Amino acid sequence: MNTDAILWALAVAAVLAAVVGSALGWAASHIRPDDDPLVARIDALLPQTQCGQCQFAGCRPYATAIAAGAADINRCPPGGEHTVRAIATLLDRPVCPPDPAYGVTKRPQVAWIDEERCIGCARCLPACPVDAIVGASRQMHTVIAAQCTGCELCLPPCPVDCIELRPAGPAVGNARRVA
Amino acid sequence: MRFETSPAPHVIAGYSVPRVMFPVLIALVPVAIAHVVLLGPGLLLQLAVACVTALLAEAFALRWRGQDPAPALRDGSVLVTACLLALSVTPLLPWWLTALGTALAVLLGKHVFGGLGQNPFNPAMVGYAILLVSFPLEMTRWPVLLDAPEAQSWMELARMTLGAIFGAVGDPRWDAFTGATALDAIRTGLDLRYTLPEILGRGDVMGPLGARGFAWLNLAALAGGLYLLARGIVRWHIPVAVLGGLLLPAFIAHALDPGGHLSASTQAFAGATMLAAFFIATDPVSAATSNLGRLWYGAGIGLLAWIIRTWGGYPDGFAFAVLLMNVAVPFIDRYTVPRIHGRAR
Amino acid sequence: MAAWAHFPAGLALESHKRADAIVPVIELPAPSRVVLPLDPGTGESAEPVVAVGDVVQRGALVGRATSAFSANVHASIAGRIIAIERIEAAVPTGACLCVTIAADAAPASTQDPWPAATDHASMNAQQLCDALHEAGIAGLGGAGFPTATKLVAGRQRSVHTLLLNGAECEPWITCDDALMQTAADDVVFGAALLRRACGATACVIAIEDDKPAAIAAMTLAVDRAVDAALSLAVVSAVYPRGAERQLIEAVTGIEPPSGGLPVDAGIVCQNVATAAAVARWGTRGEPLLSRIVTVTGSGVARPCNVRAPLGTPLTDLVAATGGYRDAPLRLIAGGSMTGIALPSDDVGLGKATNCVFVATRADIAPRVDAFERACIRCGNCSDVCPAGLLPQQLHRAALADEHALLRELGIFDCIDCGLCDYVCPSQIPLAHRFRLARGRFREATVAARKSDEARERHEQRQRRLRDEAAARQRAFEEVRARALPAARGSDGIDDKSGEAP
Repeated sequence: MNTDAILWALAVAAVLAAVVGSALGWAASHIRPDDDPLVARIDALLPQTQCGQCQFAGCRPYATAIAAGAADINRCPPGGEHTVRAIATLLDRPVCPPDPAYGVTKRPQVAWIDEERCIGCARCLPACPVDAIVGASRQMHTVIAAQCTGCELCLPPCPVDCIELRPAGPAVGNARRVA
Repeated sequence: MRFETSPAPHVIAGYSVPRVMFPVLIALVPVAIAHVVLLGPGLLLQLAVACVTALLAEAFALRWRGQDPAPALRDGSVLVTACLLALSVTPLLPWWLTALGTALAVLLGKHVFGGLGQNPFNPAMVGYAILLVSFPLEMTRWPVLLDAPEAQSWMELARMTLGAIFGAVGDPRWDAFTGATALDAIRTGLDLRYTLPEILGRGDVMGPLGARGFAWLNLAALAGGLYLLARGIVRWHIPVAVLGGLLLPAFIAHALDPGGHLSASTQAFAGATMLAAFFIATDPVSAATSNLGRLWYGAGIGLLAWIIRTWGGYPDGFAFAVLLMNVAVPFIDRYTVPRIHGRAR
Repeated sequence: MAAWAHFPAGLALESHKRADAIVPVIELPAPSRVVLPLDPGTGESAEPVVAVGDVVQRGALVGRATSAFSANVHASIAGRIIAIERIEAAVPTGACLCVTIAADAAPASTQDPWPAATDHASMNAQQLCDALHEAGIAGLGGAGFPTATKLVAGRQRSVHTLLLNGAECEPWITCDDALMQTAADDVVFGAALLRRACGATACVIAIEDDKPAAIAAMTLAVDRAVDAALSLAVVSAVYPRGAERQLIEAVTGIEPPSGGLPVDAGIVCQNVATAAAVARWGTRGEPLLSRIVTVTGSGVARPCNVRAPLGTPLTDLVAATGGYRDAPLRLIAGGSMTGIALPSDDVGLGKATNCVFVATRADIAPRVDAFERACIRCGNCSDVCPAGLLPQQLHRAALADEHALLRELGIFDCIDCGLCDYVCPSQIPLAHRFRLARGRFREATVAARKSDEARERHEQRQRRLRDEAAARQRAFEEVRARALPAARGSDGIDDKSGEAP
């Protein structure tokens, strides 16, 4: 039982622990990533419909809330079960079915403005979260179908109810073509 | 007129898992016969215990997982595991150890990973390794082979075997009919600093062909292996690589130091070499995927087995060699993906 | 590694091609009704240029190609258009827009609507391509790819070799064999036209070695042609030697780049039947109106090859050759390895329908009784894969939809030959799984692109709103800054406007 050796060993271990510990602590507080990558990774899994049915102002705020643990992962109806599963896999959380309190999952849809009835009031333009409606006051409005996410936010502002949602065409037209 | 539809292709060759597994059982018959002739009827009892335990364990595991056991029991894969384990252990192994080993092989070596096709380790070798490490005394108690001059008759050995398997533990007559295997004797002798010519010249180690008795077993296993090669059940890559990985270092070492290392021919027909090369290492589920990967995999097994035989703590190293290379398989697969046509690499 | 890469893959399958059932080619009379699919087999349909009720001549244009992947469609019989609707068809997507013509009305003129003889000798390469496009010539080997598109791409890339595919490697199909035996000169003439149209310097006609009669006929035709650029190549009868990429590798040793096309390697590949159709256009000016199709299988009374107008209902085809026999189980458009099982025989003969295979249980017994087990990693699949893939790894990645891994392992290099499926002892439907995985991959790619665009537009919009709000705030502060000193510095009179408060 060499007490010297034991004391030396303890001293060395303590010094190492102190040095490494303070270095890690300093790094944790002074070297911050620009953006929390977890939020970006969750956002990448969300469908980007920007509809607000999750009660957040868009997909990015919802992703931020999920990363902070402030929201459940099953609040996104356009994402459906597919998105819940993907986020559950990323965060290692249990899969739960989409919460019906936040809306129902619908088939892919795009908005369509009935030009016969549109009065050109331009109230739907600011409502679209992705600027997919083109038009101006007293000019005909139309939806750019390729950019419409089907979020339905343009329906309430329209005073003449001239916007309806139609099923989106098949995503992949030609099954044989090599991607 | 309406017809039923189905996706292409509309024909298949008709291969099936039973048609891959059952020829392996047929190919094991020569080894089994040689085993019974040289080592007594112990193997038959071991086979019976192992097969029954394996089927029961598989049925239990599948029921517990909520699946129908009938199709799995019919495919023959668990019988192959049981037979390989029974052939690897000593014929004097008490029946409850054989049952334990088989059950562990099926449950811990196969079903805990997901059943057929999912096991990263060779199930028979998992069972064997657990038994070897936990019960070293019983696992290394081999009978004196019947082609040795001082061996007793087959009937006497049969009676002793029954006693060993079902009954007396610590029978005072063990010494009378058990002895070291050839590889075991050679290892002990080398550890005691004898030279190989001294050991091999003693007469109780080498037979006319090579390692006494075991040379016949290896020949029988080789015959079975060649049958499997001819039928296309097994491809040449793994057996050739295993033998190459074992015999090339053996040849070089023997050339450099004949007194301290066995020759390649002795290594080839000693212990479980041929059984491992053609039956154990070729388990498709736990082996590498591509042909080049299989060459590396087999060579690794052979080399590790040679290292364990020469310097390791066990007389025959194939079980651990196989398990170690099983661990390396994902790495091998990652780096031996064959070139896709139209790509440079 | 080179030795491993070029280890011949593929499998010699039982061909089921009875020598006595190949020739003669029976000429079928015009049926009373044709159902013309507007999709040649590529998934993109032509647009109808007729309306229901129109009376058309034989050879009149009924569908115009709208993209590089669709082809013109012409009426194969004279009669009245009775329907233009989306119905079941012998195409990979299962259904497409089809034009049904009934021969119950005679058109006003009986003269052919196309010029009597084409002056192909005076046409330059571009004019040839345009003419072939007008004539609706598409790949008759099974894919239905518009020929003109391939030829134009070939000229743009300066291809050096035109490879004519007479291999016909798939079991049960013998239509190309019959064509080469009976119309070898047409094939050679068509080859010359195609070579001029794509600008290639050499033309090689490839045939498998299990077709001695066809090889003999083609050899004589090549000798008669006295064309230094034309040659014959015989390849081994291993499936899928006749697949485009595999044939190019076997004949020229060149591997078309992964993710690219044969034109990238300087080669244009066309089927011999396509060449014969081009020859028909060259000698008679006739657009693509008919094709040779093999009617075979244990479910038909008399397996044979027939030349039938496009759009002929398959019921008529089978009836004309003796009808069904035994208990037909499956009706397959194509061969046993890549054919499409059709739900009904009331579909029309398409441009790409090279075989009508009526299978009984005896023909496909092991598949019908197949029972899927887990993959045992035996390696049979990778041993036979002609593209050098690892189907067992692809299967695991496909089940998990791991897209990056799928692409790396080559899911899009898979030529869908079905051999991995054929040899699997666990009877896993690999080819089907890979098709589904490719479909899901493409859908996911499209969805990902769409959501990326939506995110970007949303962020741009947020920035725009913030900038607008900031600009309004600045303007407000500017106005207030101007107003305030004036209010403080006086007793209320606004200096600027001069008005009293």
